Amino acid sequence: MTVSIVRFGGSNCDRDAERALAHLGIDAEIVWHEDGLPADTTGIVLPGGFSYGDYLRAGAMAARSPIMAEVREAAADGTPVLGICNGAQIGCESGLTEGAFTTNESARFQCEPVFLRVERTDTPWTAAYEEGEVIEVPIAHGEGRYEIPDDRLAELEDDDRVLFRYCDADGDVSAGANPNGSKGGVAGLLGERETVAVLMPHPERATLPDVGPTDGQGILRGFADA
Amino acid sequence: MTAYTATVTVRLKRGVLDPEAETTKQALKRLGFELEALRSADRFEIDLEADSDEDARERADEMAERLLANPTIHDYDVEVDER
Repeated sequence: MTVSIVRFGGSNCDRDAERALAHLGIDAEIVWHEDGLPADTTGIVLPGGFSYGDYLRAGAMAARSPIMAEVREAAADGTPVLGICNGAQIGCESGLTEGAFTTNESARFQCEPVFLRVERTDTPWTAAYEEGEVIEVPIAHGEGRYEIPDDRLAELEDDDRVLFRYCDADGDVSAGANPNGSKGGVAGLLGERETVAVLMPHPERATLPDVGPTDGQGILRGFADA
Repeated sequence: MTAYTATVTVRLKRGVLDPEAETTKQALKRLGFELEALRSADRFEIDLEADSDEDARERADEMAERLLANPTIHDYDVEVDER
């Protein structure tokens, strides 16, 4: 059982993810994208960072690299895939998940702790939480505003594929609690299968007790049964 | 084969917030300019050899579809000129 953390040129949260997973007792290794997915891959992390310098659009280049065809194939076969921050942008750009993450409403890079409301718990990524539970996880992005046409957001909501929404400490989803102008307050969502998820906040930065709150652990535990 | 330049212009769909354009608009206003709105767009100039302008257009169109634009948030148009 090995979780492959796909490193692109410009990924910079790959080692954080490896360390966070190790802390949870989950075997993981960093894989250079040009080397392809190892045969024993049982889970995939698309880590945060600035792949290809965010050229064109954040995640656009990495999404079209050959390894992503392998990732899509593995995802379709049920391999758990988690895209974090730049990995979430790559996930949307590659069609693993719907919509797009684009420039924050503030037009600024934002690095701050945020509250997330867990929207459903019957997924590997949220089984550790209660429905409606509020967790604190940091964001660090300039292009994290979730954008999707209204009719497709409605479909996404009807399919119950919104996993996390930005909220206040009491769990209320409001414009004031939305750090980047994301439509519907969407912070994370599922792909076609519940084993595929992307989110802009960083659970790997909220896992090690030495560096602060550990609310993100439950998300990474999605790989525990992989 | 003829030498063409295909110009692909990628812009946000109407209604999609453009915070960078909004910031630029505010900066122009601070400089004393009067304006109602400002929209920004990315323009790609692609030099290529093709059998016809239809062929050049088709290829540039596919480049826009597959990479240059993100259909979730963007519209684009393609212009082709002999070079």
